[in-house]
Amino acid sequence: MAGDSLFGVHGAALEVRSQRMGVLASNIANASTPGFKARDVDFQAALQSLEGGADGIAAATRYRVPTQTSMDGNTVELNAEQTAFAENAVQYQTTLSFLNGRIGQITRALKGE
Amino acid sequence: MMSTPMTIFQVAGRAMSAQLVRMNTTASNLANAGNSAGSAEAAYKTMKPVFRTSFDQASGLATVDVERVVTAGEAPTKRYDPANPMADKDGNVFDAAVDESRELVDMMETARGYQNNVEVMQTAKSLIIDTLKLGR
Repeated sequence: MAGDSLFGVHGAALEVRSQRMGVLASNIANASTPGFKARDVDFQAALQSLEGGADGIAAATRYRVPTQTSMDGNTVELNAEQTAFAENAVQYQTTLSFLNGRIGQITRALKGE
Repeated sequence: MMSTPMTIFQVAGRAMSAQLVRMNTTASNLANAGNSAGSAEAAYKTMKPVFRTSFDQASGLATVDVERVVTAGEAPTKRYDPANPMADKDGNVFDAAVDESRELVDMMETARGYQNNVEVMQTAKSLIIDTLKLGR
């Protein structure tokens, strides 16, 4: 899907980052729901399955293994989720700047500057 | 219930509503702490919301809903106080059993949860605005 396109791997990467932001937001939203199992997107697997045209990001979403279990069966560890969310936001912005760079490059080439 | 796939704003927004319900029950509990009544049935009982995950298959996102609000906690404490105008024929009044320190801890956790969801929404909003500015 993304191999020969204008944006290379970054288009698919943006999609995975966006979905991961949603999954991490779901974890944070359910931080106090009893029995909720936290999930996360395996970035590498998701990217590969998107590029290979497989069933996409849903197949690369895994349950998180908690380092400390809680009595109500909830596996959300808020500090880990917040760190992952912040990290993912930065990575999303990185992907955006790669895309912006590519767009600028193409625009300059088209204008012949 | 939802025909279109869930968005990150719905995830955070509905979680905020759920936390608000929890904050309201905590406020009711604290407001009624120390209230007494003439019978065990009429005495105030601690209220707690029951949170339930609402999973959206189409988007793979999960938010949280308040399934119902239940009464929880200890039974009202019987106290002998014949001078109280609300006392029953044996001279007993029933005090609401509200664990105030537990309610305060709950309130702090609720506030933290709400703030986290606000933070998520702000981050998502700014990233989406950045995405819209792509190529400009």
